[in-house]
Amino acid sequence: MATESETTDHSAHLAKAGANVNTRFGELLFLARRYPLGAVGAIIVIAFVFAAVFAELITVHDPLATDADMSLSAPGAHHWLGADNFGRDVYSRIVYGARISLAVGLGSTFLGCLLGVILGLVSGYMSGWVDLSVQRVIDIMQALPLLVLALVMAAALGPSLENTIIAIAIPIVPHVARVIRANTLALREQPFVEAARAVGMSDFRIAVRHVLPNTLAPLIVLGTAQLGSAILTEASLSFLGLGIPEPFPSWGRMLSESAAEYVRTAPWLVIFPGVAISLVVFGTNLMGDALRDLLDPRQRT
Amino acid sequence: MSAMPTIGETILDVAGLKTYFYTRAGIVKAVEDLTFTLSRGETLAIVGESGCGKSMTALSLMRLIPEPPGRIAAGKIVLDGRDLLTLDEESMRQVRGNEISMIFQEPMTSLNPVLTVGNQIGETLRLHQKLSEAEIKARTIDMLRLVGIPEPEQRAREYPHQLSGGMRQRVMIAIALACNPKVLIADEPTTALDVTIQAQIINLMIDLQRELGTAMILITHDLGVVAETAQRVIVMYAGRKVEEASVEALFERPMHPYTRGLLDSVPHLTSISGDEAPEHLNEIPGMVPALSNLPQGCAFAPRCKFADDQCTAQYPPFELKSDGHWAACWHSERLSGDSNA
Amino acid sequence: MPDPVLEVTDLKKHYPIKKGLLRRTVGNVYAVDGISFSVAEGETLGLVGESGCGKSTAARAVMRLVEPTSGSIKLEGQEIAHLGKKELRPFRREMQIVFQDPFASLDPRMTVGDIVGEPLQVHGIARGSELADRVAGLFTQVGLRAEQMKLFPHQFSGGQRQRICIARALALNPKLIVGDEPVSALDVSIQAQVINLLVDLQQEKKLSYLFIAHDLAVVEHISHRVAVMYLGKIVEYADKKTLFSHPLHPYTEALLSAVPIPNPKIKRKKQILVGDVPSPVNPPPGCSFHTRCPHAMPRCKSEVPQLQEMSTGNWVACHLHQGGKAVAA
Repeated sequence: MATESETTDHSAHLAKAGANVNTRFGELLFLARRYPLGAVGAIIVIAFVFAAVFAELITVHDPLATDADMSLSAPGAHHWLGADNFGRDVYSRIVYGARISLAVGLGSTFLGCLLGVILGLVSGYMSGWVDLSVQRVIDIMQALPLLVLALVMAAALGPSLENTIIAIAIPIVPHVARVIRANTLALREQPFVEAARAVGMSDFRIAVRHVLPNTLAPLIVLGTAQLGSAILTEASLSFLGLGIPEPFPSWGRMLSESAAEYVRTAPWLVIFPGVAISLVVFGTNLMGDALRDLLDPRQRT
Repeated sequence: MSAMPTIGETILDVAGLKTYFYTRAGIVKAVEDLTFTLSRGETLAIVGESGCGKSMTALSLMRLIPEPPGRIAAGKIVLDGRDLLTLDEESMRQVRGNEISMIFQEPMTSLNPVLTVGNQIGETLRLHQKLSEAEIKARTIDMLRLVGIPEPEQRAREYPHQLSGGMRQRVMIAIALACNPKVLIADEPTTALDVTIQAQIINLMIDLQRELGTAMILITHDLGVVAETAQRVIVMYAGRKVEEASVEALFERPMHPYTRGLLDSVPHLTSISGDEAPEHLNEIPGMVPALSNLPQGCAFAPRCKFADDQCTAQYPPFELKSDGHWAACWHSERLSGDSNA
Repeated sequence: MPDPVLEVTDLKKHYPIKKGLLRRTVGNVYAVDGISFSVAEGETLGLVGESGCGKSTAARAVMRLVEPTSGSIKLEGQEIAHLGKKELRPFRREMQIVFQDPFASLDPRMTVGDIVGEPLQVHGIARGSELADRVAGLFTQVGLRAEQMKLFPHQFSGGQRQRICIARALALNPKLIVGDEPVSALDVSIQAQVINLLVDLQQEKKLSYLFIAHDLAVVEHISHRVAVMYLGKIVEYADKKTLFSHPLHPYTEALLSAVPIPNPKIKRKKQILVGDVPSPVNPPPGCSFHTRCPHAMPRCKSEVPQLQEMSTGNWVACHLHQGGKAVAA
């Protein structure tokens, strides 16, 4: 009984809903069309990761090699994005800087999430005075001013890659712990947890096998957003001289070394690292937003 | 049951209603080709289990289907001479709550927790009627009294969480009836209530209906509630109407195997009905098919003990089986041999 | 006469209400206020009542999922009400629970095979291929196919999930299964399937059920004995036939009268109770039902009625029936 217009009507609606999408590629395209900004963000992040991983393949110059003759040369055939006052190739330093930023970003995000999950899980599951004390620890961590902490660590232990990672991980911990704790509190009351107790399972087993896997979902979104934030923080710390030391190329330090002195004479030294930082943070934020919308339980049919 | 209500002329005429949802899995035909009428003062029950389309029917009548992913693909909903599907959203809003209203299953989540009860009743009056504030206040108290809430002036100032479940449902009824609608749709109004409160609310709804002459569509899965409140019944399965009859005829001689199966499988108080207590309940084997993947023929065939090749090949027509009693089944006559009087 | 599988005596569960900065206890929620009952082998005790009566709390207290305030719980003659976690563990094998919500009762991240097999793993009963075999056996017992072990809960319907919950409950071969509204959330036609399954399993394995429900028709079908609860106390406790055909307590009468019968020919005069169920925080003095009772006497306002045995095995707590005989109101 379906009329000609009826069937065409249906296919238009079906296409919008993403039915008849069978291949992986088709699914990706469908998602990209549904979340265009997220797709842009994802592309940026993927390019960034690619650059970090394959740095050797896409650069010509050694980022650490100095060349007095080419000092402060403008972007051109030899140095695609110009050279700094030591004659070091800006492009190579940006690409290798991506590697540093990625390492620090991932490292600190991972460390922060790990600690945050442990604290949040223990706090949420055990409740009582354990919960109260862990929450105070989290409060303390949140109260620590990041820059002061980094300064103290740099002064006491010397600036290094490891210290930077630790310093940046610390503000992430309370963020993650709060979310995980909230989820744990909710999950603890679910019948499947009660059933586990009825079987006689120990609290530890229940927390790790049943509660933990179900709390991790929001971590994907949280982690993506934190990654961008961590990279930005690293740039800030390095800008202040508290982060990544020589000779590792860091976008933040590239900025601090050139901003005051060369901004008028060699603006490329300021523009490109700045753009790199902004682009990466922008990309991770867009991707995080889209992921949040995507994973939001909205389907009702 | 109280005295028979006076049933008047047709107030609602639904023809060929199709409500579809477009999902990744394909088209979900939530309501397929539904036709029925409702008269003034009458209670029509729509019975079925989850996924049968009864709630979607209610939402379609109120034009509350989310679009996307849903869509009322075809049909007519004529309320007192006007086809609701031809109205724009602005006009439809004037109809909702005013000429046709709905009460839901969960009174706690259907009421706004931060507004007083009196405020919420007043809101609907303010939207649809031209009354002064004093008149609105008076009418609010009247409605609360009408639905049997003691100390209505006091209660009007209270918030939903201060009331019990039964009281909240009464408030919902008050809101729904405040503008004296022509049609009231009650979607599982007593399912979430305790059984003694359920009895109170059902009594209330019957009394109010008689007093106000409202036509009511009662959506439920509880056959006991149907037997006590409705005059006519529609049974839905997998989005389609499979049987329609007066309530006495449906319970005494069902013409569709699904109805028969439902009646046989529901445990009921045998000590009161006087029936023989069954050792084993007559179960309907299998499950409801996925609405995105309905079989070609009769949707119930995979679970039906009378099904044959004709049933799986062709969907049976919805036809008159006896006086005022309709069903969509190729083998209705086999059921009469099976039934217990 | 062998010990009943479950014997509960004067079980109480009170929740303190704390207010103020110093968290002073200002009152109690008398969720379960001194109930006693027993369940024999192969028998089902139906525990009915409306919301707030304490039946769910009682079920959880029996399972020691909630700590009883006082009272005795004897599982196969052994007192378990105050055992510590370690001593309680072996007893957990004898009693299991099936919950109301088939969707929230299964860990969404585990395969159903793992879920059903976990109790066996935790108690070290089986491992590896033997575990898989036993789980497969459990699946077929509840009417599912063994191949479905690898699937996840969301791939099953509500009725199937409830069967999985039953399989999990059977895994440790318990003597007692507590069902907290196990069929209330299921569709009507699926309810019948699961009820039949429970009845079959009971006959096969001589299981005892403590069956909590608010649907009296289901309780009538599946129980051997029934206890009616109101505001934390048992008001009537009798064998099924007696309770349903000749209810003695006015609340039981009202409950039965309120249940809609799916037969339009039967027109009954319904007893509609006035008012709402009072809160368990501040139960009325004397008999807690007196505020809604059509037969309330002055005595009911001050004196708490005790459960009295009216005939063998049939008890009621009501001043209308005193000392084994009915008193004219």
